[in-house]
Amino acid sequence: MNFTSGKELLAICNKKNLLISEVMIEREISQFDLTKKEIFSKMDETRTVMEESIENGKKDSKLSFTGLIGGEAKMLHEYYLKYNTISGKSVLTGVINALSVMEENSKMGKIVAAPTAGSSGILPATIISTAKRFNISNQKINEALFTASAIGYIITKNATVSGAEGGCQAETGSASAMAAGALVELLGGNPTQSLSAASFTLKNVLGLVCDPVAGLVELPCAKRNALGVSNAMLSADMALAGIETKIPFDEVVEAMYRVGKKMHPDLKETAEGGIAATKTAREFEKRIFK
Amino acid sequence: MSISTFDCLGPIMIGPSSSHTAGAAKIGLVANKIANNNIKSVIFYLHGSFAKTHKGHGTDKALLGGILGFDEKDKRIRHSFEIAKERNLEFKFIEKDLGDVHPNTVLIEMTSNENTITTIQGTSTGGGAMEINMLNGLNVKFSGNAPTIITVHKDVPGVVAKVTAVLAEKNLNISTMSVLKDESNNTATMIIEVDKIFDNSIKDLLLSKIEAVNKIYLF
Repeated sequence: MNFTSGKELLAICNKKNLLISEVMIEREISQFDLTKKEIFSKMDETRTVMEESIENGKKDSKLSFTGLIGGEAKMLHEYYLKYNTISGKSVLTGVINALSVMEENSKMGKIVAAPTAGSSGILPATIISTAKRFNISNQKINEALFTASAIGYIITKNATVSGAEGGCQAETGSASAMAAGALVELLGGNPTQSLSAASFTLKNVLGLVCDPVAGLVELPCAKRNALGVSNAMLSADMALAGIETKIPFDEVVEAMYRVGKKMHPDLKETAEGGIAATKTAREFEKRIFK
Repeated sequence: MSISTFDCLGPIMIGPSSSHTAGAAKIGLVANKIANNNIKSVIFYLHGSFAKTHKGHGTDKALLGGILGFDEKDKRIRHSFEIAKERNLEFKFIEKDLGDVHPNTVLIEMTSNENTITTIQGTSTGGGAMEINMLNGLNVKFSGNAPTIITVHKDVPGVVAKVTAVLAEKNLNISTMSVLKDESNNTATMIIEVDKIFDNSIKDLLLSKIEAVNKIYLF
């Protein structure tokens, strides 16, 4: 079994009455000659690394090698425990977790690139914090991660998830789309709603540039991961409410790819534009690489 | 090659960058295997973005970690400088323009305990993937994703057939194969990717059965 687009995926889901995760698992079995047990044990390992990276990053206030980020997940966590916050429990616990993974990443900790290291906070943070809140089992989390990977696969196949090729919209945008689609299935939504949610998230960040200070995966990447969490959650809620994307997922992916192609190279991971080219960013850069 | 679930959710890796850290560790690990883990000293020539940002991304630690035999998810990468010192492995990083190559490229020069030198050049192509593009000065191209056999042999007729016959005898199915000739010294290099893992006895078998084969690298 195989599919190469959102349209084909939905057709299989509808015809066979399957969830996106079920189709993706079938595809994995048929394409890579693995058993279901092997695939789930690999996903167990993946999920465990995700959970550990969430826990490790916020443990302390250690700074990254460059000193650009670090300690912010812990700071936000303490604030959240102490005060009546604006964003509330679900968004903030997700954001704390996303910052945590990104800080762990910057300290050379172990993470899962999902789909990249620069966007590695969004998916674990969104899925695992929501699953905890709703008391959802690890088995269900694993299944949701297959749904996420189906969306990531379609974007990789038809466009790109690389910041160097498509800007931040392709990188954190794709991670959020994966997370949004997975959230929908996690909370009992159907495949069409999953792709609607994924479409919303991508549309929301279309044109977002990749402008890492000093070329490093730290600033503004960590905060873009925070944004990615809230983007995914809002999009999933809209889809679960029955709001449908007017533009099909495949066309949104194509639009994202075209925007990425048109983006100037200065705005695609080269640290020559955007936030990376500000006066202060240049001063950081000089200090780091002196 | 089809894209799998674990290409989208992966690799599991030591941060911070799939291209500058995970890909670098993979290049180092292939170099380690090519040198059969017999490395007394190593020099890394860092090009382009690798030269510019290797400190901030831990590219240096990842490359050295690979040379020490660590894969991209091994936490020991963080301490590879200290571990190399404990193992008396000498190492040096030199920023160098390697010419018209991808920005994330490194040339690795390894000296064995018997003072033979092996060089390997690799490029981290993104998302944790990499390719090796030079081996001992010869242009090559392989990804390290599949079990690989590399032969260096005298450029005489029949070698390819003899090598593939040995592989068939061992029930190894070839997925890709390329042959590169070096006319200056009448040798050829053959890179064979196979679709299942082999045991190292294949090396002795090839060397003993085919006279024209001078060297075998496996990984």
